[in-house]
Amino acid sequence: MNIAQVLAQFQSTGKQSCFHDRHIEPQIYAGLNGNNWHLKDYEARGGYQALRHILGMNGAPGMSQDQVIATMKDSGLRGRGGAGFPTGLKWSFMPRQFPGQKYLVCNSDEGEPGTCKDRDILEFNPHIVIEGMAIAAYAMGISVGYNYIHGEIFQTYERFEAALEEARAAGYLGDLIMGSQFNFQLHATHGFGAYICGEETALLESLEGKKGQPRFKPPFPASYGVYGKPTTINNTETFAAVPWIIRNGGPAYLACGKPNNGGTKIFSVSGDVELPGNYEVPMGTSFAKLLELAGGVRGGRSLKAVIPGGSSAPVLPAAIMMDITMDYDAIAKAGSMLGSGAVIVIDDTRCMVKSLQRLSAFYMHESCGQCTPCREGTGWLWRIVDRLETGHGKAADLDLLDSVAENIMGRTICALGDAAAMPVRGMMKHFRAEFEHHITHKTCMVSATT
Amino acid sequence: MNTRDSHTLEAQIFSAEVLTRFDHELAKYPADQKQSAVIACLSIVQQTQGFISPESEKGIAQYLGMPVMAVHEVSTFYNMFNLQPVGRFKINVCTNLPCQLRGGQQALQHLCDKLQVQPGATTADGMFTLQPSECMGACADAPVALVNDRSMCSFMSNDKLDHMIDGLRNAAKEVS
Repeated sequence: MNIAQVLAQFQSTGKQSCFHDRHIEPQIYAGLNGNNWHLKDYEARGGYQALRHILGMNGAPGMSQDQVIATMKDSGLRGRGGAGFPTGLKWSFMPRQFPGQKYLVCNSDEGEPGTCKDRDILEFNPHIVIEGMAIAAYAMGISVGYNYIHGEIFQTYERFEAALEEARAAGYLGDLIMGSQFNFQLHATHGFGAYICGEETALLESLEGKKGQPRFKPPFPASYGVYGKPTTINNTETFAAVPWIIRNGGPAYLACGKPNNGGTKIFSVSGDVELPGNYEVPMGTSFAKLLELAGGVRGGRSLKAVIPGGSSAPVLPAAIMMDITMDYDAIAKAGSMLGSGAVIVIDDTRCMVKSLQRLSAFYMHESCGQCTPCREGTGWLWRIVDRLETGHGKAADLDLLDSVAENIMGRTICALGDAAAMPVRGMMKHFRAEFEHHITHKTCMVSATT
Repeated sequence: MNTRDSHTLEAQIFSAEVLTRFDHELAKYPADQKQSAVIACLSIVQQTQGFISPESEKGIAQYLGMPVMAVHEVSTFYNMFNLQPVGRFKINVCTNLPCQLRGGQQALQHLCDKLQVQPGATTADGMFTLQPSECMGACADAPVALVNDRSMCSFMSNDKLDHMIDGLRNAAKEVS
């Protein structure tokens, strides 16, 4: 075997993470098997019908830009990257009569620990993102777009480039798309290992070929984005939701979920479950149901806690999680956030101090160094949690942790500072006894291995 | 593509094939925004030469019409760039929390034991460089290892890691 053949044996097949029958009414992952990512397969699933429809190719009059945006607003779709901002509203912020170049950007820099949903979309259903972006570009009068893909998933980047070639050859991208007056050029671009570039303004800097250091907002990307031009950035899953919404209408999408929380959502379930993977379910599905889909807690153990929305989201204890539904509003009400939909499941053998130690090391490593509270504060957080974990903690350390976290929150250009502080506060709020135990007994409260 | 001036610095440093790949990346961006291709160009150089040398940075700076220091800022900011030579195979093992809960740290330790290297180091025969790393966006497939930046390997149990290391060793022997 040559080198490529050796490595190919271990390549992800998507069988465990994506092609299983444990989704509920999936829209984005529906009917995928790993081989049917090509254009002809996507068309056979109804692909590009939404784009044809808005361009008036199906004998219908087509849709105006305002109609597309109104449909998006009706759908209740909220940004799937983490912030949950209403997509239709974001699209309406773009200055449509702006005389110069405008840009559309897809944020596929999926690096929030726990999240692996966009990889499977781009790998196994890339055309759904291309179609969603083309519809968005039409609605906002944009002629150039970029999909910025996480540097670590290079095979996915190559897959997306191949899909772009197919779409260009079929006339779904390029000039005068499907014989209309609509032009849209779409390109793939990639990062190279910087968590911070998932932050939208850091991504813009990176796209310009610079260090990925976030920009101060305002001005927002809608007025000053890539190359200083008006730019709209959405997450991969957000764009992937668009074709279904156009085909079925905004109210139908909203009806899939809950009021103010429309549609399906892909949850990446990782950690202590029997069947880690991506699960596309209607927004508002109970956590208990999601856990059941993922095979329950591993090894018949008990659930201790869940980080419900990626590592930056505050942890919630089992009792709260087993009682809530998975949607923006319910999780926010419980004191955490839906974030990117990364559900990290932690069983009762785990030490929360050790878990936090690893997360704090991550944020220290990934701070871009631009703002002092984050650059210095993330180091402080890690050093304090590390000494607690290794049995060198002092009684005053818990107040110090609180103080450092408090002094990072809200004092940085981007959300990475908050993202480092929130897990600390969540852990201290719900699992303070474990931290105290570490100070008093110099060891874990649980007989943990991790 | 246009015929290229063979006297330029980039033509002396990079092969025609590499320059063609640079051109493919450059074509994605507006003519006055060539710098946008810098990450892609650096990653192509790393794939072909194994690491980013100061000379490569100069060549890319010239190709893209940007200051060498601006190229260096990028190569030092993004974690995946190798600023020093690495082994024939660079293996990154994710040890972030979701992977840690499913044996990521243990996979790293297994490789340390098998290869007799510390995290961050290269084996004496120059074959393997082992690095712990942060989230690679494949959390459901843990433990995961990324080989030479471009090949993600999933569900890497100890057996599979052994199989991969032995396989890579043999494949490398056949090539050389």
